[in-house]
Amino acid sequence: MFDLLLMNLRSQGLSVGLGEWMVFLKGIQKGLVVDLEGLYTFGRAVLIQSETQFDAWDLSFKATFEGVELEPAVNAQLLDWLKEAAGIEGERVDLDMSFEEMRRLFYERLKEQKSRHDGGNKWIGTGGTSAFGNAGRAKQGIRVGEGGQRSALAVAGERRWANYRSDKNLDVRDFQVALRAIRKLTREGAPELDIDATIKKTADNGGDIDLAFSRARQNKVHLVLLLDTGGSMDPHARMVSRLFTAASEMKGFKSITTWHFHNVPYGHMYKDFANRERHDIEQIVSEMSAHHRLVWVGDASMAPWELFGQQYANPWGGGYQGRDLSGLGWLQWIRQKCPSSVWLNPDPERFWEHPTVTAIGEVFPMFPLTLDGLRDAVRKLQVPV
Amino acid sequence: MSSFERFSGSAKYIADEQLLASVNAAIALERPLLIRGEPGTGKTMLAHAVAETLGKPLLSWHVKSTTVAKEGLYTYDVVQRLNDSRFPEDGGRDVSDLRAYIKMGVLGQALQSDEQVVLLIDEIDKADIEFPNDLLRELDEMAFTIPELDETVRAKHRPITIITSNAEKELPTAFLRRCVFHYIEFPSRDNIQRIVDAHMPDLERSLVEAAVKRFYGLRSVDALKKKPSTSELLDWLLVLARAGVDPEMVSRHMPFLGTLIKREGDLEILASRSKRGFGAG
Repeated sequence: MFDLLLMNLRSQGLSVGLGEWMVFLKGIQKGLVVDLEGLYTFGRAVLIQSETQFDAWDLSFKATFEGVELEPAVNAQLLDWLKEAAGIEGERVDLDMSFEEMRRLFYERLKEQKSRHDGGNKWIGTGGTSAFGNAGRAKQGIRVGEGGQRSALAVAGERRWANYRSDKNLDVRDFQVALRAIRKLTREGAPELDIDATIKKTADNGGDIDLAFSRARQNKVHLVLLLDTGGSMDPHARMVSRLFTAASEMKGFKSITTWHFHNVPYGHMYKDFANRERHDIEQIVSEMSAHHRLVWVGDASMAPWELFGQQYANPWGGGYQGRDLSGLGWLQWIRQKCPSSVWLNPDPERFWEHPTVTAIGEVFPMFPLTLDGLRDAVRKLQVPV
Repeated sequence: MSSFERFSGSAKYIADEQLLASVNAAIALERPLLIRGEPGTGKTMLAHAVAETLGKPLLSWHVKSTTVAKEGLYTYDVVQRLNDSRFPEDGGRDVSDLRAYIKMGVLGQALQSDEQVVLLIDEIDKADIEFPNDLLRELDEMAFTIPELDETVRAKHRPITIITSNAEKELPTAFLRRCVFHYIEFPSRDNIQRIVDAHMPDLERSLVEAAVKRFYGLRSVDALKKKPSTSELLDWLLVLARAGVDPEMVSRHMPFLGTLIKREGDLEILASRSKRGFGAG
């Protein structure tokens, strides 16, 4: 049964290592787990290392013990009995059977059981000495319904950790933690006297002065955010604004700049989308160095002609400053000038089949706008091009 | 259940079942317990409560952005030694004895202790990103080497190690795999009532109820950047009680709001909401 749990965990993308698994089994052997609730808590504590993975744990746990889970209707009925009958006392009997055995018996009893049952030593009910039921006295047992804590499966089934998933929800802080990894610290500038190191070296040297110099550490990276704004991006406005807030509040980058465009930048971008004052894209790009990192945010979906068409590229006629590029052409040109670019797409990956999304994905490495996606994107940006 | 010392909460520290299970699992498995959660949910307090309940001394290592792993183990005061060699009458130490200039850090003290201690490594994410990796071997084997003495310090009793993190930086996977992990959730309304009772048993019931109601009202305002936490609620209650504020007053106005809300932007948000008639709580 535990093997199934391990398989389910791995299928949920949780890389449970052999080390933790052995610790988990050792804990069970030591008797740290007495019931399903205990197994749920203990397993999560030992096998899972972040609240972002709790939801995946809930899903795998529930799937593994799905057999134990009751039909919702039956469960509700059973719970009612248990609540009503709380307080009925039974005699104490120690039970000593394996977990598997218990689980099997639980099912048999459940099938046999046709009516409510309080006290006694066999049926599922309350206050009894059977290994099953609520508020009972058996040392080992499967608890059904509410006891001191809620049933593990009910808890797991609730999926209350879903909001913490790193592949789903993101807040400003999460973004910041991820973005911080783009920093590239280098030592540069005129060397300064390092007093601490000098004292240490001098003392090591038996008192003869030995000077030490070092350069200050500086982050050389310029972060540039390029945001698709308006139209199909409106539903994602909140998410994008969080990313924007996160980036603009960050310290330690050499500079942080934001540009807006709609669909694709056709020769120009906006500093402020509200007043639509145009800035020449060639000018913007010419000011970029090898230390600039470009993060594009957009859903990349538009009518194909908006991306591939030449006619849309120059609605003002005559070619833009000698360049007569389609939307895609502009993207390719920018990518060539600034290879350290990634594209974050707020749409879920299943919508990425669209021709314009595929085409843009070929120009820029594309990642979903989730915490995991952002981390992957940052990793991509860390690699020098 | 095999025998090991168990933690079951303390008079002042109200812990839920899951937290207790995690603490006891960490003690039984002799692994560090990594605690994360919103600020103000009592991560640091947990170590104090565990030490107090089990009657063991607590050694705290408060990590700062400049902390390096070696400081926790030991420092070799070479400057003092040089000074002593030049002015031997000053120190009264034996300059030829290197040991006199080796000072144990918190982790070093925990390992050398003759009895089992509770070791708190507080806010491990404050330090450099490599910091946890530098401690892997020490936490695993509970031993480290002092090259100056060519000696290995080995734990006489493995300390009960509690590590807190605010998730400012990602912790390395290799480090995480060695820990028992627990995420402290924000306490439910029932639990907060119990926590308040444990800390301030003499407060007027109606005042606590009114304050807790307002408090959860504030926490439900999603726009707030920093939601008030348990410790801030306790501060607020203390101020309210000291000032003798009428419970009625708490439900209508929010006296001493500054105790709960610390960001100017958040205060503005609340002000504009209450103007529009759906104030916080």
